[in-house]
Amino acid sequence: MASLASEFLGIKSPNPFWLASAPPTDKEYNVVRAFKAGWGGVVWKTLGEAGPPVVNVNGPRYGAVWGADRRLLGLNNIELITDRPLEVNLREIKQVKRDWPNRAMIVSIMVPCEEQAWKAILPLVEETGADGIELNFGCPHGMSERGMGSAVGQVPEYIEMVARWCKQATRMPVIVKLTPNITDIRYPARAAKKGGADAVSLINTVSSITAVDLDSFSPEPSIDGKGSHGGYCGPAVKPIALNMVAEIARDPETAGLPISGIGGVTTWRDAAEFMALGAGNVQVCTAAMTYGFAIVKEMKAGLSDYLDRKGMSLSDLIGRATPNVTDWQYLNLEYVAKARIDPDLCIKCGRCYAACEDTSHQAIAMKPGRVFEVKDDECVACNLCVNVCPVENCITMERLPAGAVDPRTGRVVQAEPADWTTHPNNPGAVAAE
Amino acid sequence: MPNTPSTPGLAAGRLPAEAIAENFADLHPPLTPHEAAVAADRCYFCHDAPCIAACPTSIDIPLFIRQIATGTPEAAAKTIFEQNILGGMCARVCPTETLCEEACVREAAEGEPVQIGRLQRFATDTMMAKPHPFARAPETGKRVAVVGAGPAGLACAHRLAMKGHAVTIFDAKPKPGGLNEYGIAAYKTVGGFAQAEVEWLLGIGGIDIVNGKRLGADFTLDALKADYDAVFLGIGLAGVNALGIDGAEDAVAFIAALRQAEDKAALPVGRNVVVIGGGMTAVDAAVQAKKLGAETVTLAYRRGREKMNASRWEQDLAATSGVRILANTAPKGRAEGGIVLAMTADGPEGLKETGETITLEADQILAAIGQKLDAAFGFATEGGKIKVDGAGRTSLPGIWAGGDCATGGDDLTVTAVAEGRDAAEDIHAMLTGAA
Ligand SMILES: Cc1cc2nc3c(=O)[nH]c(=O)nc-3n(C[C@H](O)[C@H](O)[C@H](O)COP(=O)(O)OP(=O)(O)OC[C@H]3O[C@@H](n4cnc5c(N)ncnc54)[C@H](O)[C@@H]3O)c2cc1C
Ligand SMILES: Cc1cc2nc3c(=O)[nH]c(=O)nc-3n(C[C@H](O)[C@H](O)[C@H](O)COP(=O)(O)O)c2cc1C
Ligand code: SF4
Ligand code: SF4
Ligand code: SF4
Repeated sequence: MASLASEFLGIKSPNPFWLASAPPTDKEYNVVRAFKAGWGGVVWKTLGEAGPPVVNVNGPRYGAVWGADRRLLGLNNIELITDRPLEVNLREIKQVKRDWPNRAMIVSIMVPCEEQAWKAILPLVEETGADGIELNFGCPHGMSERGMGSAVGQVPEYIEMVARWCKQATRMPVIVKLTPNITDIRYPARAAKKGGADAVSLINTVSSITAVDLDSFSPEPSIDGKGSHGGYCGPAVKPIALNMVAEIARDPETAGLPISGIGGVTTWRDAAEFMALGAGNVQVCTAAMTYGFAIVKEMKAGLSDYLDRKGMSLSDLIGRATPNVTDWQYLNLEYVAKARIDPDLCIKCGRCYAACEDTSHQAIAMKPGRVFEVKDDECVACNLCVNVCPVENCITMERLPAGAVDPRTGRVVQAEPADWTTHPNNPGAVAAE
Repeated sequence: MPNTPSTPGLAAGRLPAEAIAENFADLHPPLTPHEAAVAADRCYFCHDAPCIAACPTSIDIPLFIRQIATGTPEAAAKTIFEQNILGGMCARVCPTETLCEEACVREAAEGEPVQIGRLQRFATDTMMAKPHPFARAPETGKRVAVVGAGPAGLACAHRLAMKGHAVTIFDAKPKPGGLNEYGIAAYKTVGGFAQAEVEWLLGIGGIDIVNGKRLGADFTLDALKADYDAVFLGIGLAGVNALGIDGAEDAVAFIAALRQAEDKAALPVGRNVVVIGGGMTAVDAAVQAKKLGAETVTLAYRRGREKMNASRWEQDLAATSGVRILANTAPKGRAEGGIVLAMTADGPEGLKETGETITLEADQILAAIGQKLDAAFGFATEGGKIKVDGAGRTSLPGIWAGGDCATGGDDLTVTAVAEGRDAAEDIHAMLTGAA
């Protein structure tokens, strides 16, 4: 069994699966249950300033999007930061850290964008014995209207400034949690690094409305006939998060900056993908909220098995895929593939045909007896049929070997890779030497 | 002492009334909204879907299932009824395992088809709880006579009425519905559904039903031809093939009596029942005899089991209901309190008796060896049925026929509906000068 022992910013945890700052980490009761179930660490639900805590709505705070069989694919929330008094949270954090010394305890914080406010809370958190702090610059609702959360996360200068204040005021490692509600994730990440942050974590939730009630005409979740945008998370946001993690990992200005990957992690496989793209560990929220804490067992067993199969250590995995993320213009245009349908696996639903015929390249023939065949002289290898086929691996992509003629273009496939930068159709092409 | 399954001879009330009621409850209870949502989710919305091709009425199955999935079961029902106005009955009685569900790609994929029949019932039940959904075209002034108020006649009449023609249906029986009312197994169509469906269907308007009038006895084809612009015959197969065994009862009559009984506990049934036949009627008679409380029910079929007309699913239904299936046994004669069966074997020269016989105790013998046309009324016939071309045209001009009485089709409710509907379209085209 490959060891999953993880170290992130020098913080040790028995595995790289942390619970993200959210309801699962809102109080001692939950966190203790999570640790009993085997989670490696938690980022405590975001704390605010001392004084009267925020209040949440008293109606539904979640909306959702489902797939087949009502499988929850996306969750949206309009919850705020913790609505429990600061002292209670601090007391519980201290107790849990004392009882579970080998688990990571990170405390998420969001206070107004004033140096005094941060200087006031940091010593209190430090006193709990917590391993680090996460600056919540990501929450897209409720707090941003008060000049906190994503209102800060959307302005790189503020991120840099607050990160610097925190680094000056505490010995604890500082993680900056980024909002995806920006146009280019590299700018806030660079700002965090400039401010001295030790790491970034991403993504926080995506601004969203999940649905509209077509009788009351209220957005969901509806509070007395009105709704407000919430933050979207769960499997649906994973592709957005993966891309953002990769962007930061391969940006020369932030390369090497530790990343805690968040967004739709539901299985060991999701976690491994985040780590392969450069995340040092992962944080999970929606999957735990959907299935409970027990899912970590599958994550641990799956990741460990995978590492065994690959003969890799956990640290080998981190960033393994990062060098393979590139810009479109560098993709090899001599990689020519054709779709192949396995007649033994095909159940003859015809979805590939409908997709290709109606919306792609008319490259699938429907023959008598509902036999489906790819026409190589039309297939552009777009992959749409693979994606719509209900049977996994029934349609695959087969690469044409160098020297073969692509029946669609009549061109001989070249062994030497060639990309857009040298393509004759590119007005700015640099002639190959 | 109350009767029990072991009471000798014919006896009523072999089981407590509640047990009988439970035995005759809905074979496939309706799906709950949650079950329907889960079942609908499984449909792949296939291109040129094989299930549609396998449905004799060509219902757009992927469309109606998608409409259920999107929370619009009434739109789903409309999709069904546009093709098959008896979609409610078909949802209950179609042998889906040999029709749409057999063709479903998820049968190929997982051996577990989308539950098309039950989803169809879910959709149609929703709409049948409401007023009739279709509107009639303006009156055309044309009059059409339909003989037979079974599925074929009803489907034909509805389509004609919808097109604005005035329809009169004549039926020999006291109630409309044909075998929906008198033949289909009681546990497939519970709660008086057959009559409720007819009433709902008549909501289109423009259809009169005259019951208790038999063609050939109470009126003639010539009279109909003179009085109406067109005639459709959907008279089913009212005659039965005789078994030639003393004391054998007609299974169809046994089932009809059961369907019409106010109180099933008052119906006499044998202690040891032997049903002769291998089709759907034989299975239905055997299963219902068992459900009434017969101690033993044996279904004796003269050929090998794989040749039975009853689908595998129906054979299993019989077996799980406690019916013993004896294949390769042909009736030979009576024995004291029983029946003698000859063992048979399929050889190169066809079916042969092996010379061996067995004798079964039998207080009641039910013959289900096929129905036939009771009179041909001067039509050209083929294989004992009125010969028609694709659109139901008979050899006599101005007269159409469909359903069990006519050639083509599988002697199923759903094929009768399809043929009635298609004949109506042809009649309409003729009446409006388009054909
Ligand atoms: C016992 C039994 C069980 C069956 N179970 C199923 C099943 O589960 N699923 C399935 O799909 N199919 C089943 N079938 C077959 C199905 O019932 C028939 O295929 C279908 O009813 C045929 O419809 P139809 O309109 O042609 O004839 P019918 O339903 O037979 O209707 C004919 C009508 O014409 C009337 N009629 C007859 N002669 C005259 C006349 N001379 N004058 C006036 N009226 C007349 C009759 O009274 C009757 O109302 C079953 C059949 C039987 C016998
Ligand atoms: C109900 C709810 C409340 C949340 N509250 C916080 C919060 O207080 N602080 C924070 O940094 N992130 C908060 N988040 C965001 C999560 O920590 C996480 O970044 C996001 O849900 C994406 O991960 P996931 O796809 O695994 O859920 C919240 C998420 C949810 C669903
Ligand atoms: S890969 Fe694209 S073009 Fe080729 S057959 Fe599939 S859908 Fe059609
Ligand atoms: S989508 Fe897949 S299963 Fe369906 S017909 Fe095409 S290849 Fe066959
Ligand atoms: S064959 Fe099955 S999966 Fe395909 S459309 Fe029909 S019911 Fe749906």
